[in-house]
Amino acid sequence: MTVHNRTSFLDRVAENLGRERRTEVQAPVYSVQPQDRVFQGATQDELIEKLEAQCSVIHTSFDRTTRAALGDSLQKVLASFEGSRKVISAGGPRLDEFGLPGIYDELREEGFDFRIWNDQEGDVTFAEQAGVGIVFSDITLAESGTVTLFNDKHNGRSISLLPETFIAIIPKSTLVPRMTQAARVIHEQEQKGNPVSSCVSFITGPSNSADIEMNLIVGVHGPVKAAYILVEDL
Amino acid sequence: MGIKIGDKPYAERIQAGIENSFMRQAVSSAQGRFRSGRLKAAEELGDWEDWRTLGEEIRHHTMENLDYYLHQLSEQVEKRGGTVFFAETAEEANAYVQEVAKKKQARKVVKSKSMVTEEIGLNEALEKSGCEVVESDLGEWILQLDEDPPSHIVTPALHKNKEQIRETFANKKGYTKTDQPEELAAFAREQLRKDFLEADLGVTGCNFAVAESGAVTLVTNEGNARMVTSLPDTHIAVMGMERVVPTWEELEVVVSLLTRAAVGQKLTSYITALTGTRLEDETDGPEDFHLVIVDNGRLKILGTEFQSALHCIRCAACINACPVYRHVGGHSYGSIYPGPIGAVLTPLLDGYEDHKDLPYASTLCAACTEACPVKIPLHEHLIRHREIIVEREQRGAKSEEWMMKGFAKWASTPAAYKMSTKMARTAMKPWTKDEQIEKGPGPLKGWTESRDFPAPAKKNFREWYKQREKRRGEA
Repeated sequence: MTVHNRTSFLDRVAENLGRERRTEVQAPVYSVQPQDRVFQGATQDELIEKLEAQCSVIHTSFDRTTRAALGDSLQKVLASFEGSRKVISAGGPRLDEFGLPGIYDELREEGFDFRIWNDQEGDVTFAEQAGVGIVFSDITLAESGTVTLFNDKHNGRSISLLPETFIAIIPKSTLVPRMTQAARVIHEQEQKGNPVSSCVSFITGPSNSADIEMNLIVGVHGPVKAAYILVEDL
Repeated sequence: MGIKIGDKPYAERIQAGIENSFMRQAVSSAQGRFRSGRLKAAEELGDWEDWRTLGEEIRHHTMENLDYYLHQLSEQVEKRGGTVFFAETAEEANAYVQEVAKKKQARKVVKSKSMVTEEIGLNEALEKSGCEVVESDLGEWILQLDEDPPSHIVTPALHKNKEQIRETFANKKGYTKTDQPEELAAFAREQLRKDFLEADLGVTGCNFAVAESGAVTLVTNEGNARMVTSLPDTHIAVMGMERVVPTWEELEVVVSLLTRAAVGQKLTSYITALTGTRLEDETDGPEDFHLVIVDNGRLKILGTEFQSALHCIRCAACINACPVYRHVGGHSYGSIYPGPIGAVLTPLLDGYEDHKDLPYASTLCAACTEACPVKIPLHEHLIRHREIIVEREQRGAKSEEWMMKGFAKWASTPAAYKMSTKMARTAMKPWTKDEQIEKGPGPLKGWTESRDFPAPAKKNFREWYKQREKRRGEA
């Protein structure tokens, strides 16, 4: 049995609410929808401006580049991190889409040790030792400066978590105003019967804490530094 | 630990809070920062009142249909390979987690911050069954090393200064560096990394569970909750039964309200939505997932006039707005839920007996109600608690009873009044310094410990009036 004590528990809930158990509920209609008004009608370029401004608030560097110049941008960011040369990268179709295998090969010649997450024993161990993790944003939230990752076999949870620094490659086409649009996509997929990823990570810059005398400390358990690279893909 | 912390009576707890000058200064500065963060975040949105209305409507709708949404949630979790356990009491919830730990032969358990596991005393239960339990939130880790209860639901170690933290790290973990917050945090990172990698079991709370998909959502900044749910093979999430939302669209709204109201952030660094176990082709994430849904006193609030207390999203905005919390600090409430929401919720969850003073720890100024992002009428609930305590249950809180009795006696006859005001000047003399009473006796103590009380004028009004009239007569 994988659900325990449900019937008695929920019967008591209904009893306290003074009615029979409900097996159907109409989707509610709320009187206001302020979430849809945020950056309503903004163009992709206007959203980029919002994202870039928010990056300074969340202690995250921001670069804007083209597909052709992605290699140079990546090299620049890696140099700025000045840390370990061990890099773990998410895999999947977007690797090729953005020409990353070639870029990674060039960087290997410069002494970087790249590993692509490939659903194998050793991925987590490598990520734990890596200094840098590279991920692709699936949906990017301009308002909060958030990258949304649908973690899967190509895109392990550890990549954006264990290394001391992380880089998010943000295709311009993934930009939306705020979390509202991302939530709607997931909701609509659920309704179509496409279940959500086992882990959806909304990541906003590096990890931080204010637990010691309310001082903001950037970098606690997750990455200490974060960089976003926005790539023109439209 | 349980919901109740310590056995000291209310007056002593308050006294201890008021005498802790670092804590009071820290609380007051934190309140200021939290509040300005919240107000700034609200201002940025422009239509904060609409957001609050939406938040209230979502929470109301969910509570009214709680059986439906909890059923849907459990179905979805099951579909995604998880196990769901509905627990009526803290003991049932703990016993279930102990059983899972035993089956997994778990030695080490890592936890991310969770109020509900504090409430049910899960750590003690796991320790009893032989597990080492490591709290991984920085503030919680500090408190765990020091065996101290939390004093705030968002920043639990608010009452400690960095020197005390350095000392704790040095004594308990052999830390040798300075009290720089960055160095202290780097030490925690290094120490806890090992625990994350070694742990057999990860335990988290749950900010919101999404009924439509079975996702358990964690709202954090440090990244520890992601560690706890990515590395150990088993994940157990414990949630209060009210912590559910219908769909992702509602999730998004309550998360936005929470991060703005709690810390003034648009979103925290990590909003992590976990659904069931990892898929077969995935390498990280748990292979075994359990969701424990806890009643522990919540059910009896449902369907009563206090139902909206279950709407709480644990943002602490009311705590940060409360002038009483500002002066007495979190520990004075004697509950893991301090501040206005704690004063409303604690007597409901744990009974009036041990917590009948809490509804009086309020000036009824309604700053809490105004701050609440889901519009819980907190000060009205506090008034209702007082009515229940005083009228229906006929057991007035001692503090008020004594005060009223004393005042009644004191003011009952003009002669007594005359005498006592005259006497006050003389009686207060030993405590007077530069016309301010620094340490007052008895009932004045509560006031003068936090502020100097103006000394009664050398002449009382009647004397002064008599003399003035006399002077006039002479003139």
